[in-house]
Amino acid sequence: MFPKPIEKRSRAAQISYQTLVPIALIIWLLPLIAVAMFSIRPLTDFTTGNYWGLPSSFDFFSNYGKVFLESDMPKYMWNSVLITVPTVIGAVALSAMTGFALGIYKFRGNLVIFFMFIAGNFVPFQILMVPVRELTVSAGLYDTKMGLVMFHIAFQTGFCTLFMRNFIRALPFELIEAARVEGVKEWRIFWFVVLPLMRPALAALAVLIFTFIWNDYFWAIVLTQGPDSQPVTAGITSFNSQFIAQYHLMSAGSIVAAIPPVLMFFMMQKHFIAGLTLGAVK
Amino acid sequence: MSTAVDNRSWLQRNKMTVTPLLFLLPGALFFIVYVISPIIQSFNISLYEWDGLGKATYVGLANYEELLDDRSFEISIWNNLKWLSLYLLAIPAGLLIALFLNQNIVGIRIYKSLFFFPFVLSQVVVGLVFSWFYLPREGLLNAILTFFGFETINVLGDPGMATYGIIAAGLWPQTAYCMILYLTGLNAVDPEQIEAGRLDGAKGPRMLWYIILPQLRPATFIAFVVTIIGALRSFDLISVMTNGGPFGSTRVLSFYMFEKALSEYGFRMGYGSAIAVVLFLIMLVFIGYFLWSMYRDERAART
Repeated sequence: MFPKPIEKRSRAAQISYQTLVPIALIIWLLPLIAVAMFSIRPLTDFTTGNYWGLPSSFDFFSNYGKVFLESDMPKYMWNSVLITVPTVIGAVALSAMTGFALGIYKFRGNLVIFFMFIAGNFVPFQILMVPVRELTVSAGLYDTKMGLVMFHIAFQTGFCTLFMRNFIRALPFELIEAARVEGVKEWRIFWFVVLPLMRPALAALAVLIFTFIWNDYFWAIVLTQGPDSQPVTAGITSFNSQFIAQYHLMSAGSIVAAIPPVLMFFMMQKHFIAGLTLGAVK
Repeated sequence: MSTAVDNRSWLQRNKMTVTPLLFLLPGALFFIVYVISPIIQSFNISLYEWDGLGKATYVGLANYEELLDDRSFEISIWNNLKWLSLYLLAIPAGLLIALFLNQNIVGIRIYKSLFFFPFVLSQVVVGLVFSWFYLPREGLLNAILTFFGFETINVLGDPGMATYGIIAAGLWPQTAYCMILYLTGLNAVDPEQIEAGRLDGAKGPRMLWYIILPQLRPATFIAFVVTIIGALRSFDLISVMTNGGPFGSTRVLSFYMFEKALSEYGFRMGYGSAIAVVLFLIMLVFIGYFLWSMYRDERAART
């Protein structure tokens, strides 16, 4: 292990390390802690300039209650769910198939198609913006959740294919050959042999894509407007103009908007990190 | 001459070609419609003057000529360069935190997750969190500066400082991401090599440089790819924190393109596309390099 394990060092070194880590963490999260502290203050603290002293009252419930009851926030959150979940299902399903095709079969153009998916995944959004917007408008999907979902599925397929294909490549190929010798049909190999082995990859991709799509802002403002279909990342700007300069409510609002991906991360941590770091170790 | 009659159907004989194509079809179709063909269309639109509604007029390379004299375009390019070079600091910073946290004490797993989780926040939330952090009156940064007897600063209101303020906000989640890559990498470092290094008298920085870092190369490569792409994609933070201001000093190409094509500054789709093409070409240099490295690995894996 590198650096040298702390338990092999002096007692003093151990104690100072153990106090240093929490201090470093607090400094690291300071901007976020500040927002969390704002979100439980009453409005009067801001008018009297009491930003960092003891809150004059504990207003957690009334602040967060306002976010849920007196704004469009729940609507935006629900839109985000309705955009994110179908995208996750669609992108994972499509890429399980493309990954299978590119990972198992040898045919001409295999590598070219694979590299097309990777390259497309790195492209700047702006080069797609005008044509994708036109396409969405002419399909009658502008300002609908469906319009966003369609684009997200298509774009995420690039990253997902890279992920799936490399995962399938690492599976024992003998299993597939054995199934072929037995005369199992190709689509049944996909469904009954490969797919069950891909479960960890499917889970990892699902949590990653959930976070990516939930956090998307650019396409939300390009393809939607208004509380009927905008996800929470875009909706939060309208929320903030509704409660302009009321930092206690704006803070509470952005914490609420951030909660779903944070929860997803802490619940599915193992899959999340396995997905993010695939390829970081040879 | 004996020709063995193959009386299987055409489909059966070609099933090893047809099957992968069928599996590829839905995904590839989506990808071509929404990603590949829009790239080509953008190149084409950049040769027109078009407001997105009326008729488009062909203007040749006029949009690109206009870019050459466009002061805002120049500022955007410079800011992109600042983003590119400063954003890369996330890699050494992430490595440093990973080295700091790569220990076994009680609760270290929770510490690692808490260090990492800014990455899970959306850029919009990160942007808001940092704009409040920087607020001249209410912000914590100035509260700290005043506490230690410094002058207060208005980070996002000062054209000379605003871009750096936004980059600092961007470095926060990006560093967390690089950290997790390196933590995973450090976990897989070969203990025998460390032992061998220790016997040879390698310690601290020398050990890191000659024995650890070479083994972390795959992690460094991914960190590099994702950080470069992230730097060139920066849009959300700028949009949320300064909206390009003050006085257009925080624009980058991706943001300027959006402004030109889709905001109250005028629906100039052709001009916007020309900016997008420039950004795309810059990115293509890096994409080309990434693909080439991956192709080499792919070849090495096969032989």
